[in-house]
Amino acid sequence: MISNFILAPIFAHMFTAVLLMFFWKRVQAQKIISIIGNSIAFIMCWRLFSATWKYGNITLQLGGWEAPFGITFVSDTLSAVMVLLTAIVSLSVGIYSTSAINISRIKYGYFFIYHFLIMGLMGAFLTGDIFNLYVWFEVVIISSFVLLTLGGKKRQMEGAVKYVTMNMLASVIFLTAIGILYGITGSLNIADLANQVAIIENRGLVTVTSLLFFVGFGIKSAVFPLYFWLPSSYHTPPSAIGAIFGGLLTKMGVYSLFRVFTIIFKPDDFILQVFIVIAILTMISGAFGVINKRNIRRILSYFIVCHIGYLIAGIGLYTELAFVGVIFYLIHDVIVKSNLFMMSGLIQKIRETQDITRLGGLYKDYPKLSLIFAVILFSLVGIPPLSGFWPKIMLFQEAFVQKQYVLLGTLIFASFITLFIVARIWSEVFWKDLLKPNSEEIDHFAPFSKSGKIALILPITALAGVSLYIGLNAPVIIEVSERVAHEMKNPSIYIDAVMKNLK
Amino acid sequence: MKRYRSKKEQDQTILRTATNYLLPVLLLFSVFVLLRGHYLSGGGFVGGLIASIAFVLHSFAYSTKQTLSLFQFSPMALIPAGLALSILSGLLPVLLGLPFMTGVWFADSVAVIGSVGTALFFDIGVYLVVIGVVLTILFTIAENV
Amino acid sequence: MELLLVALVGVLYSAGIYLMFRRSMVKLLLGFIILGNGANILIFLMGELTKGKAPIIDAEETHFVDAYADPVPQALILTAIVISFGLTAFAIVLLNKVYSTTGSDDLDSLNIQDLDI
Repeated sequence: MISNFILAPIFAHMFTAVLLMFFWKRVQAQKIISIIGNSIAFIMCWRLFSATWKYGNITLQLGGWEAPFGITFVSDTLSAVMVLLTAIVSLSVGIYSTSAINISRIKYGYFFIYHFLIMGLMGAFLTGDIFNLYVWFEVVIISSFVLLTLGGKKRQMEGAVKYVTMNMLASVIFLTAIGILYGITGSLNIADLANQVAIIENRGLVTVTSLLFFVGFGIKSAVFPLYFWLPSSYHTPPSAIGAIFGGLLTKMGVYSLFRVFTIIFKPDDFILQVFIVIAILTMISGAFGVINKRNIRRILSYFIVCHIGYLIAGIGLYTELAFVGVIFYLIHDVIVKSNLFMMSGLIQKIRETQDITRLGGLYKDYPKLSLIFAVILFSLVGIPPLSGFWPKIMLFQEAFVQKQYVLLGTLIFASFITLFIVARIWSEVFWKDLLKPNSEEIDHFAPFSKSGKIALILPITALAGVSLYIGLNAPVIIEVSERVAHEMKNPSIYIDAVMKNLK
Repeated sequence: MKRYRSKKEQDQTILRTATNYLLPVLLLFSVFVLLRGHYLSGGGFVGGLIASIAFVLHSFAYSTKQTLSLFQFSPMALIPAGLALSILSGLLPVLLGLPFMTGVWFADSVAVIGSVGTALFFDIGVYLVVIGVVLTILFTIAENV
Repeated sequence: MELLLVALVGVLYSAGIYLMFRRSMVKLLLGFIILGNGANILIFLMGELTKGKAPIIDAEETHFVDAYADPVPQALILTAIVISFGLTAFAIVLLNKVYSTTGSDDLDSLNIQDLDI
């Protein structure tokens, strides 16, 4: 029975989505169903995580078809962590959406698409079949297209064209890579692929295929030469949608990179070198991009690009300690990035602008809220003991030990730029006096009903609390990360779990 | 006695007459394709496409509005119904303690339809979803462009 | 036969990518469709062609007596076609909407917003 339980997170969202379709135009009912569905899914994800933590990897052979032939679902520690993070973010953003998303969007099926997107993410994190991963990717990107264009302002349309084009291109490249991989191995199961790829003699072909995967996932996770679609589209949709995109969609690409390059392919020195160079360039381009931006959302978009570089650098180093750092960073980043986007939405509600030169005086008007924002911002920078600090230290240390001094320099440089920009946001938005006094009608936040205010503030506070927990209870997170890193470094654990039924 | 019709109506006489007969035939054929799908080529997806093409043909001969009036409800309502049917048929084996989506079959086969099992209900769900999705997409595009 | 398909895949990929590089949005869409078809044929090619055999085994057969086509690539292609159908339908509506809001088919006309620094 326990193995069917893997699908529970997927089904919780699927049922919610189907149920929402029956309540198409009923806004209030949609909000309630969405919150209940998200809460149930969160409980399921928590139980899946604790079961995986306790009993080790859980697998499910769909329809009873044994491993290399049927579709496998696997929950190893990495999957379970990602699923749990998705559930946390989805629950908070779901609550935030009930107040932040306007009624016309909800009538067009916002919550339905939202749950569909989350279902796709859960599926992508849990599947053990490379083609199934492609299908879940498509579920996610189609939902994200709809979310991005829902409401249809001109600005949104312009962002959407770039986003849609690049993501469709990435899908085709991913599909091509799957086709070639199937041609050379005759299998689609990730665990089986790992065994098959290892015995292929034509290593050149394997390297080319792995690089095709890197390009496909690279576009989705916005690495150096392929990142430009992200800053030109992520600032256009409403902040709740931005929170899901910024927190989870790029991480899905990174997760797939982890899967493909730790289990299926064993990167040689050349590929690792490529990773490190790409990571350095990603961090530099993100850091330079962020310096001259004035719009908070655009700053956040470039931060996403910049910090993807950290994760890619971790793969490039390819040691267990580097993996620990990367997983810790991933956990920290998903929570903080989603929260930052929600924060930017709240600032927009209060001041009707995202331009930091025109903002100001927030600390004077909303001191308690500003303290929560401070926790989020300083977690992002990693001021000790907040959550960003520990993984950065680990990555610095590992880059130093591996004698990757250029990488080390870039990591430190990117951290400094992050610190500089966050300090600037803090002084411009919170400390500086407002240029012209705020008139009553600009503040859309004050006239909100009490429950509306709670729905906006509660998720932000909760995620800030999670960030604090991650920072203050670092040993717990390090223990989780160590186990994930151990499994990533020893893919045989994953392979054995999937193939154990094969006599 | 000569009957006067509008120009557009005259142009489409053949298509309309043919469609009146083709629509039920195509729908029957789609059900046939749906039912033979388990061991032979066919299935819910192809059947659904054939059925939706029948409605699209009807909308060419008449108009989108008249085609929609054939339904008592919006074709979009087929999507949740089909999805629910497919999921439930997949979940049935879970209740019996088998992995998700394992085929569970009735022992006796029914005349005409053949053996009845969860796979058939899954396919019927797919059939409904395909009709719903295709018609929703095509009619939305037809209204907008 | 394989060689012909290899050449076809090459032509479809290059034509698709060339079209995607153009400034027109319609050509972008056409390029994507052609590229998707190229990928589908590539998968088909990768499953090793078995001429004149269906990926179906007769109900009476108890074991394999004859060569049969690999069903997996066909299932993959079917899935990929369904997905690209949905994506294309979405892209057509999106581009139509963009055309009606901006009044232009030119991708360069979308860059006005990037002036904000």
